[in-house]
Amino acid sequence: MQFTFLLEQVVNGLVLGGYYLLIALGLSLIFSVGGVVNLAHGAFYAIGAYLSISIAKYLGFGASVVLSPVAVALLGILFERFLLRRFYAADPILSLLVTFGLAMITEQLIRIIWGAPPLSVNMPPEFKGSVFIGDFLFSRYRLFLLAVVIAVLASIWLLLHKASFGRVVRAGIQKPDMVAALGIRLQPYMTAIVMLGVGMAALGGALFAPITVVHPAMGAEVITVAFVVVVIGGLGSFWGVVISALLVGVVRGMTIHFIPAAGEASMYVLMFLVLLFRPRGLLGERIEKFET
Amino acid sequence: MKYNRRTLLKSSVALLGASALGFPAIVSGQTEKIKIGHLTPLTGFLGALGAYAQLGIRMAQEEINKSGGVMGRELDIISEDSVNPSTAATKAQRMLDQDGVAFLMGEINSASAVTIMQVAARNKRFYLQIGARSDALRGKNCNRYTFHVDIPSHVMVYAVGKSLVRDNMMKDKKFYTLTADYIFGHDLAGAAKTFFNENGGKLIGDELVATDVTEFSPYLLKIRQAKPDIVCSNLAGNQVTNLIKQYAEFGLPYPIVGFNLNTADAWAAGEGNLSGTWPTVWYHTLDVPESKSFVANFIKKYGKPPENHAWIEYISLRIMAQAMAETKSTNTDQLIAYLEKEPQFEILKARKGYFRNWDHQLIQEAYPFTVKPKGQAKDQYDTLALGQAVPGPNESLEVLSVTKEQNTCVM
Repeated sequence: MQFTFLLEQVVNGLVLGGYYLLIALGLSLIFSVGGVVNLAHGAFYAIGAYLSISIAKYLGFGASVVLSPVAVALLGILFERFLLRRFYAADPILSLLVTFGLAMITEQLIRIIWGAPPLSVNMPPEFKGSVFIGDFLFSRYRLFLLAVVIAVLASIWLLLHKASFGRVVRAGIQKPDMVAALGIRLQPYMTAIVMLGVGMAALGGALFAPITVVHPAMGAEVITVAFVVVVIGGLGSFWGVVISALLVGVVRGMTIHFIPAAGEASMYVLMFLVLLFRPRGLLGERIEKFET
Repeated sequence: MKYNRRTLLKSSVALLGASALGFPAIVSGQTEKIKIGHLTPLTGFLGALGAYAQLGIRMAQEEINKSGGVMGRELDIISEDSVNPSTAATKAQRMLDQDGVAFLMGEINSASAVTIMQVAARNKRFYLQIGARSDALRGKNCNRYTFHVDIPSHVMVYAVGKSLVRDNMMKDKKFYTLTADYIFGHDLAGAAKTFFNENGGKLIGDELVATDVTEFSPYLLKIRQAKPDIVCSNLAGNQVTNLIKQYAEFGLPYPIVGFNLNTADAWAAGEGNLSGTWPTVWYHTLDVPESKSFVANFIKKYGKPPENHAWIEYISLRIMAQAMAETKSTNTDQLIAYLEKEPQFEILKARKGYFRNWDHQLIQEAYPFTVKPKGQAKDQYDTLALGQAVPGPNESLEVLSVTKEQNTCVM
């Protein structure tokens, strides 16, 4: 019986990890391709959640989950064009500072526009409740979330590995000079990557809004997990982030099973151990532009 | 350089003249404002409550100043985000040293309240601790410089506990609790354990939850694995909201109750998610004329109903105004002596409140509340049904509080 319980935590951890993946993948892509640290990633997550609540009031849940990420992706174009672009060739610490500032401004803007008290939104009643698959309990809503994450993941993988878009992006990560020498402008690809990244963060926000407290500082809660996942997974690796996100979810679930009070600290301990033995991250690739 | 007598005389007169201009400021120091230092969490899991706290105290400040202030002087409240326990202590010290405040007020986070109380004791200055509920603050951590307004954990547990006993949800029932891993949560869990032992409830599991946990699915799985009769929350702030939402998401079949919930966090849970019995110190539907007029004025000013932390800050400032007016001073020892005489205060409830002189706790009524059935709420703020005040009208107000024999407070 005990083993089944542990297994249930592992499976639940995988589901949760899928959700972390949504946020972390965008962050990792933006860093790998552009070389910029986007500390404002959590802000896009928060805007995604708030926008989805506003949209859901008029158009319902389904529309909000689709339209909110699209709107935030469009915002991402502005973000990339006017802010991020200036920092590709600069010291990473500068992009860290400017995006951190943007995150703080966004939090206050949200407070001004939507107010300080937390907002609530409900999921469609069809999603409420749990189901049993085998011996394991799943919330219906999280299975839906998992399905969305898998669909998004598959699309991104196809985009990066089967489409010409992805070929250019991957080449741009490794050897941007050669790509330029071949006469390909990397700029539009970078814009697209940022759009994709922040759009996914917003999707995460919109999907999690019904089951979490939507408040102005929610971005800060998610950025830490996203960063830890990216660091553990390693830069430049699609599967690194995937494995890392799932691992963080599972480790957290197992820690809460045995030592509940240490649940939130578990991912930092994991990060510490991984970096100790593999400083590049689990599947991190050697990216020349960061080696100098 | 040589000064002659005339220059000396002229400059002396000039100096005296300049002082005479400044003199009125010294003589009529009476019109100088009374500065009060106010700390409340505006960020973190209690941030939504701190926002309401500020609205409440500001409204009281404006009303008092509009009617002439205290002793003819206006109140000037310096209100800041306490952020965390160590920042709270730093700011409290700075407010006393540099901002020249007469005394300190506020706080909701019990851990921050402890550090502010230490600053107050070290500097021998008055601190009205408004919203933190941990028993330890009035118990083993008590000091003579601090007075407490909100109901303590013990009262909250007993307010809900008595309802559960009455509804046959206590004796021989198996309880599973989730406890916030800081001083307030531990206190609540301790009081709950005592109540369970005294009334035949069985505690089959208690999980510690760090205060930054926002995702509860691993805990919900453990609850399902334990198969309790009743799930009980010893959490605080928006953690309760998250637990409630995710509990509704999973649709676990066990009833959920809790020993702490603030109105803002209840509203944030969304319609149809909250259920069970919970305690509150005040709610805006309270059927008392003074309370209703406060609610109406608040809605007119801010466009939304007051939450319990807005109410408690409002009455707290009015309590201090009364104390200062009666003692005709802002002096710490005089304020302490006055409050220890146990004068009665209007707190917008059916019965007045007073501070007990041996633990400095405001003795007042509390209320259990339940959730209105779906569809009965008039708007997003009307989702809760307030129960009867406890203690009942014919019981002593101290019936739910710890007795002198049980208390660990030594001043």
